[in-house]
Amino acid sequence: MINKVVQDAASACADIPDGATLMLGGFGLCGIPENSIQEILRKGIKDLTCISNNAGVDDFGIGLLLQRRQVKKMISSYVGENAEFERQLLSGELEVELIPQGTLAERIRAGGAGIPAFFTPAGYGTEVGEGKESREFHGKMYLMETWLKADFALVKAWKGDTAGNLIYKGTARNFNPMMATAGKITIAEVEELVPVGELDPNMIHTPGIYVQRIFQGKDYEKRIEQRTTR
Amino acid sequence: MALDKHGIAKRIARELQEGYYVNLGIGIPTLVANYIPEGMNVVLQSENGLLGMGPFPTEDEVDPDMINAGKQTVTTLPGSAIFSSAESFGMIRGEHVQLTVLGAMEVSERGDIANWKIPGKMVKGMGGAMDLVASAKNIIVAMQHTSKDGQSKLLKDCSLPITGLRCVKKIVTDLAVLEVTEDGFKLLERAPGVTVEQIQAATAGKLTVQGEIPEINV
Repeated sequence: MINKVVQDAASACADIPDGATLMLGGFGLCGIPENSIQEILRKGIKDLTCISNNAGVDDFGIGLLLQRRQVKKMISSYVGENAEFERQLLSGELEVELIPQGTLAERIRAGGAGIPAFFTPAGYGTEVGEGKESREFHGKMYLMETWLKADFALVKAWKGDTAGNLIYKGTARNFNPMMATAGKITIAEVEELVPVGELDPNMIHTPGIYVQRIFQGKDYEKRIEQRTTR
Repeated sequence: MALDKHGIAKRIARELQEGYYVNLGIGIPTLVANYIPEGMNVVLQSENGLLGMGPFPTEDEVDPDMINAGKQTVTTLPGSAIFSSAESFGMIRGEHVQLTVLGAMEVSERGDIANWKIPGKMVKGMGGAMDLVASAKNIIVAMQHTSKDGQSKLLKDCSLPITGLRCVKKIVTDLAVLEVTEDGFKLLERAPGVTVEQIQAATAGKLTVQGEIPEINV
């Protein structure tokens, strides 16, 4: 098996240049690539275009990169948890493209699956549809949306093997599987890195073909946004 | 007396049917889960990738890898399934979810909904709302009849940026239950003690009233 293992976040992210387009997995703070984000923060890589469902919170996740003005453009569906984001957006410092969540997920999936465009009903008749081709199918109107790809896709999984096969846990799966397929270079960080042969092939969510680099992550904080109990 | 948010949720719960897969939005819609009739099998879909959403966890059960679309910690149930965001919206666009309940800032008399943006003030993003309203077969809006400053939220045309066109089927507010028809909002039920005149005064869009309007029974 091809060995995709790199030492740590520093080696995995060593060649991410200023101005890169990144995909970052996660929904809210659930399933985000904490180690890779910390490394990008540490290195001060700037002028980034970040494709991620959310923008973190003020002091965690992508919010950290926003605080340091490392992000030039965000492509997201919901950014309500981040006051700094809203401030930069309303003042015009940050370029933002807001995309319906299902369209975002499908555009990323399409990018990884070699489908340059598709039609979806989401956003027809709204601001989202402005300037886009629309077409009627079976009496309903649809918008044409195009694929999304990234220079680097940063994903987080629960378990991974040295060949890059990944298994996610719980709802930390979210955008990670599609993003893993849509990066020119996909960097996977995992809570538990195991030798090939230890993961059941029937249980693999992301086949290793999509993953170029994998490393054993550390010090996961796994912050909870809304701790609700019974 | 106008319904409180629990009353609105209770009334919406009466729209549930055996075997329904249901997506509940953030806010009042989430409360509907507390009033699912005893013995009825209803499966809750959370668009971040969970079917069969269970109750909030106990302190011991809290798992940062198990959240709902409102980013609240939740649990699974026997028979739950977890999947990616692409799969989740595939089942939404593919009309496999029977009922969507969501909040709104405005609804027009044609069933247009606005609930994602106030230009220059609030730009949080649409999240999954545009996908849900464009695809769901049955959409019920849960909201207050008027805004905090007394303005009607049931309008001829939405003044805020639209989330979706001609998609809302029914609206349950603190004052009334209304259906969206070719002839505007049709009044179906009124909150206990609230008069048709009061509802008319709070509705800026076209309101049709036919015969006696019963009180909401919750």
